[in-house]
Amino acid sequence: MEFLGLYNYWVFAILLMTGLYAVISRANLVKKLIGMSIFQSAVFLLYISMDKVEGGTAPIIQANAPDQLYSNPLPQVLILTAIVVGIATLSLGLAIVVRISEAYGTIEENEMREMDEE
Amino acid sequence: MSPLSVHLPALQVVVPLLTAPLAILLGQRGLAWAAATAASLFSFAVAVALVLQVGDSGATSYEMGSWPAPYGIELIVDEFAALLLLIVTGASSLALLVAHNSLVKEIAEDRQHLFYTAWLLALAGLCGIVVSGDAFNIFVFMEISSLATYILVAGGPKRQALSAVFKYLIMGTIGATFYLIGVGLIYMLTGTLNLADMEARIHEVSDLNPILVAGGFITIGLALKAAVFPLHGWLPGAYTYAPHAVTVFVAACSTKVFLYVLLRFDFFVFQGNLPGHIAQFSGFILPLAIAAALVGSAIALFERDLKRLLAYSSVAQIGYIMFGASLVSATGLTAGIAHMFNHALAKGTLFLAVASLATTYSTLTIDGIAGAAKRMPFTMAAFVVAGLSLIGIPGTAGFVGKWYLVLAAVEGGVPGALLVVPILASSVMAVLYIWKIVESAYFSAQAPNAEVQGNGRSEAPWWVLTVLWGAVLLNVYFGLEPSLPLELAREAAAALLARP
Repeated sequence: MEFLGLYNYWVFAILLMTGLYAVISRANLVKKLIGMSIFQSAVFLLYISMDKVEGGTAPIIQANAPDQLYSNPLPQVLILTAIVVGIATLSLGLAIVVRISEAYGTIEENEMREMDEE
Repeated sequence: MSPLSVHLPALQVVVPLLTAPLAILLGQRGLAWAAATAASLFSFAVAVALVLQVGDSGATSYEMGSWPAPYGIELIVDEFAALLLLIVTGASSLALLVAHNSLVKEIAEDRQHLFYTAWLLALAGLCGIVVSGDAFNIFVFMEISSLATYILVAGGPKRQALSAVFKYLIMGTIGATFYLIGVGLIYMLTGTLNLADMEARIHEVSDLNPILVAGGFITIGLALKAAVFPLHGWLPGAYTYAPHAVTVFVAACSTKVFLYVLLRFDFFVFQGNLPGHIAQFSGFILPLAIAAALVGSAIALFERDLKRLLAYSSVAQIGYIMFGASLVSATGLTAGIAHMFNHALAKGTLFLAVASLATTYSTLTIDGIAGAAKRMPFTMAAFVVAGLSLIGIPGTAGFVGKWYLVLAAVEGGVPGALLVVPILASSVMAVLYIWKIVESAYFSAQAPNAEVQGNGRSEAPWWVLTVLWGAVLLNVYFGLEPSLPLELAREAAAALLARP
């Protein structure tokens, strides 16, 4: 049961490693960015999993139900910020790939390296 | 205390942050540059005021939006932070002062105002990292400064700048994400993001394993950002291909800011809580630091490109700083922290000299600048003095940090004294690689196919030379009168070690 209870965290770890592996193993820059994006998304999952309080509901205070159990809203707010950061990083990365493609005519890392060594 | 001085920590971040959009609105014709420089000089003035204030009344804390800590975001400026603010804003100001002359060749005029916007964001981010006392806030500022720095580096004229910046972006993002995972794990167990509160609440945690994992993630993530050997892969490319003024700025301060956060976490947050953490930290960092000092200098010996050579020398110098920290003694930390300041000064001046050389030479290799001393005597003389400071000759700023490093190592008895050997070996290599450049500039005839022909003088513009020599004089001044960085470093080291 304990294994299943930590289901979210297993998914987090697997996604994290999948993303990291893609970043390291792929030579195509767009694929690297996809890996980086998966890697960052895994962390979003970590934060979102930790804020869930069992039986808790959305943290909105209601007049007719004063003693509700609420989930922790703070990690969600944090991760909203982190998602924005992730999008900014991804778009900057893609913009750089566009310029690399203009300057080199390729987005394969090994081909770029060969062109630089010439 | 006057009302304004209470807000100094916030002003440090807010002024560059708000000037950034202003720089876009001001547009071209040098106005954006003037605004950026003014904002940077103002930040420097604020940093000086903060140094004085911290010296008078100790660490100051500022509640952002009047929300009390630990619920709101707290800004803390202690001696360590004040010293770092001085480095960051000083480096930015020096680099911006020459940027107008230096960037003309490298960035199209209709893009320059956007470039200064990115610069101001990078400055705001770096200042924010230093003053913030909130772990998540540090992450946000880290990403602000990093994203802006990627843009700055990508402005380099060669296409290799793009591949270098892509590598930097990937590695930097992985580092920041590791840091975020570590902060998340700590938050999960303590429910707080305020560093001081975190320190206190980790005491109450019964299972320390997740904290240990968090310590690992944070240390590795920040080491990646700070280019601690062997995670320095992004650094040489980024320094080499960035526009020259950007290299001055980035090389002088960005890695130091991440080292600062690294030390803050490992000493301030984890030291009192994780049994044996500091021994682990020391055992982990010390071999890396020594390897960095040796490998960085050794690669620099064989490099022919000036900026890449100096970049590998930075890898070695980061090793020195970490070496001091990993000794975990008051003298060791003092040495490491003081060396942050002194190395920033020496390396910043060297890259300023390179920027000055670049006004005449476009091939900045050892062969490319052969005979440069005849054409640019003032620039090369400045390069020599800054080079001496990098090597650590007495009377220059670089000497002070290294002298304390040696003292700290010798304090450890015979095994400690043995540690001096790699440090000295690395310094000898520094003599050799600086000499290589000096020999080419002073004693080699111009290559027959050199792009710059003739023997006439063609010095850099007087303004660039003035800034360069101002920086050189600072190197000499802080070599003869090192009390300012040393006192701040000593207080910072005491504060880092004083945790329960």
